[in-house]
Amino acid sequence: MTDSTLIQIKGMRDGLLVSLGDAGWPVVQQALIERIEQQPAFFQGARLALDVGNQALKSSELSSLRDKLSEYGIMLWAILSVSPVTENTAQILGLATRVAKSRPAEARTIKKSDEESALWVNKTVRSGTRIEHDGHIVVLGDVNPGAEIIAEGSIIVWGRIRGVVHAGAKGNQNAVVCALDLSPTQLRIAEQIAVSPERRGKSTPEVVRIKDGQLQAESWIQG
Amino acid sequence: MTAKVITVTSGKGGVGKTTTVANIAVALALGGKKVVCIDGDIGLRNLDVVMGLENRIVYDIVDIVEGRCRTRQAMIRDKRLPELFLIPAAQTRDKNAVSPSDMVRLCDELRPEMDWILIDSPAGIERGFRNSIAAADKILIVTNPEMSAVRDADRVIGLLEAEEKNSPSLIINRLNPNLVKRGDMLSVDDVYDLLRIEVIGIVPEDENVIVASNKGAPLSMEAKARAGQAFRNIARRLNGEEVPFLDLDSHSLWDRIGKFGWRK
Ligand SMILES: Nc1ncnc2c1ncn2[C@@H]1O[C@H](COP(=O)(O)OP(=O)(O)OP(=O)(O)O)[C@@H](O)[C@H]1O
Ligand SMILES: [Mg+2]
Repeated sequence: MTDSTLIQIKGMRDGLLVSLGDAGWPVVQQALIERIEQQPAFFQGARLALDVGNQALKSSELSSLRDKLSEYGIMLWAILSVSPVTENTAQILGLATRVAKSRPAEARTIKKSDEESALWVNKTVRSGTRIEHDGHIVVLGDVNPGAEIIAEGSIIVWGRIRGVVHAGAKGNQNAVVCALDLSPTQLRIAEQIAVSPERRGKSTPEVVRIKDGQLQAESWIQG
Repeated sequence: MTAKVITVTSGKGGVGKTTTVANIAVALALGGKKVVCIDGDIGLRNLDVVMGLENRIVYDIVDIVEGRCRTRQAMIRDKRLPELFLIPAAQTRDKNAVSPSDMVRLCDELRPEMDWILIDSPAGIERGFRNSIAAADKILIVTNPEMSAVRDADRVIGLLEAEEKNSPSLIINRLNPNLVKRGDMLSVDDVYDLLRIEVIGIVPEDENVIVASNKGAPLSMEAKARAGQAFRNIARRLNGEEVPFLDLDSHSLWDRIGKFGWRK
């Protein structure tokens, strides 16, 4: 038997919001499945947003849960978490990480905006992926067309930027964007927007910042 | 015998998944292997048509999953190649009639008797795609040298990476060397440069592919056709042989793979 207080269900405008209590991942997952099996008709066809609290989940864990839920006719569309690891995983899997209804206030304060923290992304960010973080974002790999990187701080890409990047997303004018090769679909810092000029010749590492109220790119290499 | 399960998928529709499955299956069977194809495109089946087996369908995959027939009964044997089988999709049901774990169970049942299980995935990244990749040991991504198809391929590769599947391999289909030379089509290089996964096949645009599909006799059955040869080469590479690429436009590909092959 599992503890039914582990699972809290609320109706939302666009589906169900299920909040999982504090316990090991296998335990809460099991509790969720048991709850579904008690009321299969209630869950059949539901759109589900899942608040997993501070669980740090790997993509294999989230995707296997999503497959399992789909066998009960449940569509998992959003994951809410205070763990940046889990948020990142969910974003990579194409799941939403925000829902229209605001989250409980106490969850928000735990994850206070930390401009100095950086999210480390150790691979190429591919089309359809949106990575958001309230600090800096560092990508070891490319940012492909169709991908989006949105940081409240700066964005550093050890690779090529060809997708959309937005640094200083909450208005920080001091944020910068650097990359080994900068040919973004669109680049923004705070409210300033630029699209890539037609590229001629060989690309060099560049850093883009706001200078005199405008976006300016500078070669990273002196001379 | 333990079969390897290969899923052919793409993101974008109409790029040549079904054509690829039919041709590789024929090529593997011509090499004496036992091959079963599974049509994962429930509701829009057409692998049976391309393989010329449509008129022999009695049971389909949903019948197997729902227990109305034994797996053997739904396997249509190709008369030209007795070691080639097809499990057709259901035409009148939707994708939710089959789940990812049904696919895993079905493949596990087939594995001991077969060398290769080839799954034809539907376009998109929804349920039918998830069903098709659930049991895959190896995933082949088909794309055309065209930006929208390449982007969708990129999206699918990202999803597979997130699920920690083995790195997929790429088939670039419908390459037209003349258009590439004129700068009017992405080259193999351009496509590789963006996707950075192993290229396992480059198939030229070839009208005989369409003629063959309409006849229900995949082109890889014909010794001379160039696209057929490209598909046969893919089959050989799947068998672990090293086969050079046809001389289309790929001369600089090897330099790049040499340089960048280690990159993620
Ligand atoms: N190399 C080629 N040269 C010429 N025509 C081709 C080639 N490959 C595929 N085609 C044609 O392109 C069309 C689409 O191919 P196919 O049905 O295999 O795509 P698909 O990816 O399975 O489509 P869907 O997403 O609808 O399942 C068919 O008419 C086929 O004959
Ligand atoms: Mg098809």
